[in-house]
Amino acid sequence: MRKIYMDHTAGAPVDRRVVSAMHPFLEATYGNPSSAHSFAQEAKEGLKDARSSVASLIRAEESEEIFFTSCATESNNWAIRGFAARNHDKGRHIITTTIEHMSVINVCKHLTKQGFKISYLPVDKHGIVDLKALETELTDETILVSIMYANGEIGTIEPIKEASEIVHARNACLHVDATAAIGQFPIDVRKAGADLMTLSSNEIGGPKGVGALYSKKGTRLQPLIFGGGQERGMRSGTENVPGIVGMGKAASLTNLEIGDRITKLKRMRDRLIKGLLSNIPYSFLNGHPSQRLPNNVAVRFSFIEGESMLLNLDMAGVAASSGSACTAKTLEPSHVLRAIGLKHEEAHGSLLFTLGTQNAEEDVDYVVDLLPDIVKRLRALSPLTPKELTGSV
Amino acid sequence: MEHFRNPRNVGEIPDADGVGSVGNPVCGDMMTIYIKVEENRIADIRFKTFGCGAAVATSSMITELAKGKTLDEAMKITRKDVADSLGGLPPIKMHCSNLAADALHAAIEAYRKNKEVDR
Repeated sequence: MRKIYMDHTAGAPVDRRVVSAMHPFLEATYGNPSSAHSFAQEAKEGLKDARSSVASLIRAEESEEIFFTSCATESNNWAIRGFAARNHDKGRHIITTTIEHMSVINVCKHLTKQGFKISYLPVDKHGIVDLKALETELTDETILVSIMYANGEIGTIEPIKEASEIVHARNACLHVDATAAIGQFPIDVRKAGADLMTLSSNEIGGPKGVGALYSKKGTRLQPLIFGGGQERGMRSGTENVPGIVGMGKAASLTNLEIGDRITKLKRMRDRLIKGLLSNIPYSFLNGHPSQRLPNNVAVRFSFIEGESMLLNLDMAGVAASSGSACTAKTLEPSHVLRAIGLKHEEAHGSLLFTLGTQNAEEDVDYVVDLLPDIVKRLRALSPLTPKELTGSV
Repeated sequence: MEHFRNPRNVGEIPDADGVGSVGNPVCGDMMTIYIKVEENRIADIRFKTFGCGAAVATSSMITELAKGKTLDEAMKITRKDVADSLGGLPPIKMHCSNLAADALHAAIEAYRKNKEVDR
């Protein structure tokens, strides 16, 4: 059976060239970078190159502003908890949005127990954060604002530059979770005006288990993990050298190839969106129509439920995702879909396809051929489907 | 899985003797069961379900379990029976089998209520 993978935001293949770059650091250059011998020296060189590649991918001023972590979740935890711990003498107010990843939202919830006040900015129906609300919420007590660069579930790209101007005018700092954005469009961290930025490796064709935090020179940040003082005392623990080297290689490849990748992804994205929306009645796009990640196709279908669609797609060889309740560990629909104003039953009917460069236009066409029948069959089962639709569709 | 792939007894019975609806689209599952009763037995049974794979499979299974049973027997079908017949369900999906049993029982109760009114 044909197998088509369209869940790249959840997990993506590692580029073959990245695997080759990592290989020596698994088998030959296995020294601990902190040791004194030549094995260590080579490992250290690997770290240095990786740091510089990641720095240049986001146009950071200095390599030393990049700190490697174990994943984007750790970077988000560190950015917010580490900043709060070091700056609470200036104020105890943090602002974030209603559509952040759980690794931001749950850190903020945790901080409320430690006496911090958290404000959650609303978003419009397309998922764009309300900058007017940002201006209103900022006070002299506000130390940090955390806004994602793009939301992986609805694909919406946020106006980070505009947000950073508002934040800096009030002398607060800006953390940007760029996990879903990295590799999807060129990022210039200085132009964007981020003080802290979360980066992930797997999203750009690097291995899982490694991430990074950009921390602009002069940003006051307390370490999250204490120990032997690796990463210039900011993130202890023996470095995951092969993983970091892999992330570095992925970053330098992304830097070179990002233009072609975007062109290819956008073409497939638009073909898939158009194919689904025009072939299936009562279908809608989730997220922003134009301020949208090139890999993101988030759609919803009335009267049916996401997981049933996923199972049917999976039986036909297509791997996708849903913001639907039953796929997660709770029965609540996704907080992101609720935040853009979808009713529960609308949120439950959502599907998410995230494309990768390994996908081809034929894959897109296969899905466009397949899904209308699945939707039709499930609608025939559903008590919510209007009578006129069960007859004709 | 088979009951999800090829659900049995899908549809509505226009002149049903009893209809039971449970759940709501808010929690993500909604089920309606229609029964036709002859000589105190379930002669025909159909369902419509909005929900996840497990909800579809449990609906289909309970219609198979209930078909041909007397009303008293059908009232005794539990959510455990449904889950067991499907070869077990993960804990998070148990509420789906609960819904299926509730919908069946609601349909039978509706039928009995209708009959009292007729008398």
